[in-house]
Amino acid sequence: MRINFDFSALKRTRWYEYALRLFFGGAVTVATGLIAKRYGPVMGGLFLAFPAIFPASATLVEKHETEKKRRKGIIDNSRGRKAAALDARGAALGSVGLSCFAIAVWLLLPHWKASLGLLTALAIWVAASIAFWLLHRVHYGK
Amino acid sequence: MELIIRFIVGGMVVSFFAVIGDVLKPKSFAGLFGAAPSVALATLGLAIKAEGNGYAATEARSMIIGACAFSVYAWCCMRIMAKHEVRAKTATIATLAIWMACAVGGRLVFLR
Repeated sequence: MRINFDFSALKRTRWYEYALRLFFGGAVTVATGLIAKRYGPVMGGLFLAFPAIFPASATLVEKHETEKKRRKGIIDNSRGRKAAALDARGAALGSVGLSCFAIAVWLLLPHWKASLGLLTALAIWVAASIAFWLLHRVHYGK
Repeated sequence: MELIIRFIVGGMVVSFFAVIGDVLKPKSFAGLFGAAPSVALATLGLAIKAEGNGYAATEARSMIIGACAFSVYAWCCMRIMAKHEVRAKTATIATLAIWMACAVGGRLVFLR
């Protein structure tokens, strides 16, 4: 299966869905900062991996898939739910990459320039996430 | 003022990764972006500026536990939605308690 871009998905997302994600993203970042300030960086650090995007994106995937099938005359809510489950499988694989990102930042920041450390960690997240996704496909064939 | 900057930066970074996830196909690949380090990038950047690299590295060490909790959380969401008739909104919000339990439990066990 090829990886490709479907820019028509941007038109299916309504303005208030973008606004909601902007609001929740901002709110979680503010909350993380406040927790770190009140309880220290050890407790605050946990929330750097808080699932901020995932609930909204899985809900949107389910909604858009159900609407797509409905337009074709197929009334079946399970199709949308299964698409959201696939999104969750991707997030589970991506979370391994997220752990690699955190390990890289933890090991690199005390010795490297901050911008270089963060960029390297981001590259490690991308590489690890794609590698685990490909490994999963090769192993399970789906 | 610091909170407003935090809110704007966090919202923009999270939205950026969410949009990338929206346009990618297949869905399992797009799902990788549901676990993007969006909050981390926004928070660590601001933490480095205000407190220095050492403080941000301590936060990143705790983030490893948070990311492991995310793995458990996402796997539970996938199982619930694939095997039961539970809507995505209900499954992903109700299981946030699992993320919280794993993250706080992991912190108590590994980072005393």
